[in-house]
Amino acid sequence: MDIHEYQAKELFREAGIPVPPGEVATTPEEAEQIARTLEGRVVVKAQVHVGGRGKAGGVKLANGPEEARTHASEILGMRIKGLTVEKVLVTTAEDIASEAYVGVLIDRRRQAPVFMVSPEGGIDIEEVAATNPDAILRLRVDPRYGLLPHQAYRMADFLYPNPDLAKQGTRIISRLYRAFTDNACSMAEVNPLIVTADGVVKAIDAKVSIDDSGLGRLPHLEELRDLSAEPASETKARNAGLSFVKLDGDVGCCVNGAGLAMATMDLVKYYGGEPANFLDIGGSSDPDKVVAALEIIASDPDVKTILFNIFGGITRCDDVAKGIVAATDRIQIDPPIVIRLTGTNEAEALNILNDAGFSAYSGMDEVVEKAVQLASEA
Amino acid sequence: MSVFVNDETRLVVQGITGRDGSFHTRQMVEYGTAVVAGVTPGKGGQKFSARRGQDVPIFNTVVQAVQESGANTSVIYVPPAFAAGAIMEAADADIGFIVAITEGIPVQELARAYAYVKDRGSRLLGPNCPGIISPGQGKVGIIPAQIASRGPVGLVSRSGTLTYEAVDQLTRAGIGQTTCIGIGGDPIVGTTFIDCLEAFRDDSDTEAVVMIGEIGGTDEQDAAEWAHEHLSKPVVGFIAGQTAPPGRRMGHAGAIISGSSGTAEDKIRCFRQNGIAVAPRPADITHLIKEALGI
Repeated sequence: MDIHEYQAKELFREAGIPVPPGEVATTPEEAEQIARTLEGRVVVKAQVHVGGRGKAGGVKLANGPEEARTHASEILGMRIKGLTVEKVLVTTAEDIASEAYVGVLIDRRRQAPVFMVSPEGGIDIEEVAATNPDAILRLRVDPRYGLLPHQAYRMADFLYPNPDLAKQGTRIISRLYRAFTDNACSMAEVNPLIVTADGVVKAIDAKVSIDDSGLGRLPHLEELRDLSAEPASETKARNAGLSFVKLDGDVGCCVNGAGLAMATMDLVKYYGGEPANFLDIGGSSDPDKVVAALEIIASDPDVKTILFNIFGGITRCDDVAKGIVAATDRIQIDPPIVIRLTGTNEAEALNILNDAGFSAYSGMDEVVEKAVQLASEA
Repeated sequence: MSVFVNDETRLVVQGITGRDGSFHTRQMVEYGTAVVAGVTPGKGGQKFSARRGQDVPIFNTVVQAVQESGANTSVIYVPPAFAAGAIMEAADADIGFIVAITEGIPVQELARAYAYVKDRGSRLLGPNCPGIISPGQGKVGIIPAQIASRGPVGLVSRSGTLTYEAVDQLTRAGIGQTTCIGIGGDPIVGTTFIDCLEAFRDDSDTEAVVMIGEIGGTDEQDAAEWAHEHLSKPVVGFIAGQTAPPGRRMGHAGAIISGSSGTAEDKIRCFRQNGIAVAPRPADITHLIKEALGI
């Protein structure tokens, strides 16, 4: 789960990382009021879950409250990489002497948290890695012991030759790791970590992703989810316990298992169609989940045909069949449904479907080809 | 032969009395796997009825289970909040091969458990995986037994049902398997593609390998490069997620394109560069394996 900069900064503040004062606004008037409470110049920053906000015109410097209001009215409602800006952060502008990069993430290859730090901050770290790899220090943390003091100091020393700055940096890096572990993050990044004109190290941007699997233990973090940043269908799917991603095509897909769901989407494309969604009904055999899945897919006006691809293992085919029949009894579903079921309790499933007037395919290629054909004829 | 699971496997089921644990214990016993013990804290001393005339003793701890039953392999069906602890408990009891089926273990907890297991010299398979089946010898996990058959192909995959799809198609085409392994869909997994390729290389019965990957990470690329250097047996590959948008998690916690890394195109290109035949559709896996085996 991605969270916004202003939320990430709040987590940083709680961990004791110095962050400039600021608050979030949803209207130009609010932005003006916040700017009045802050000293000097302020920055108005779009809060959206994508990078490159500055280049897109979503970050602007204001000399006073009136200008903050003007900037906020321009930025609110702006589209950045397809996302509408609903909120802006209004925060104190800092005098920047230098910019560094500090980030920690779960490194898949090294199977542990890994820090990356660089004195070249303020730009994309992937770019630094490509153009000047020696400017990056990587450090693997043993997750059993956490970040050790000498490791934090080593990174700060790499960033700052000045001993006082290195001391501040050590504290910030240690606290960043604490914020990372306390909040079950998969990634926590400060870019840039600045040194101000008067020699104070501060985080003026913050990017945090929270591990979805960690939310179970930390339910208060669930409140940080921005429901306006995702389509309503995705919210509905999550509440129903389904894994769903909305796409742009017209072949609705309902599959059990993430790998098979992706392979089904790819096969739709292979046969000349476009998938309307990724949907994994999961391993359970709950007919209600199938009903919810069908409702979500059928409510997408772009969907011209609905494709089921079920390989029964834990999932029992007869439960899926019951779900399909129950859903079509309960709600009006206009697009044609094509079904492939194989595996556990396949014969029972076919009986249920036949009684309700459906037929089913047993091969994946046949059913996908049929679904693409129906979508193109619709 | 087979890899990781064979006729010497003696299995303890952690979470044997739960909904999934009890169902799959019966399936594993049915298949002939030697399920010698179960663990559910607080239910030690009871028996789990796996099938008529076949009871499995339940213990409170894995250590007791190992002492009493001689278990050398464990399978974990406990809920995500307790699964990392269950993995470490198994390693502490000197279980050499630990299969974690549970989905949704917090990744930082898993990182700790993985480091713990590794230090003790045990192997972790998963988590968030369907487990492993060596046809005719035994299965550990949830792979439906009826789709697998014995033969010369080793199969390794990050997915569950997509694995079933591929195994089923192979079996229907008359091509059996030495061992089918699901390594799991999480960002951190205990056993990687390379570990499985290495095991298949050393297994004299395995003549060809199927490797099924998906978007996210670079495990497939690392494995392709490793295979090019160290594996003379033919490898057929498939990558799921060519139509997946970047930055979105596709079900599996690990199935996400981050920045420019982990795309299907990248993986397919890397497979081809390293001499791995890539199947455009799941159905083509069977055709390519037939070519590789010369049948």
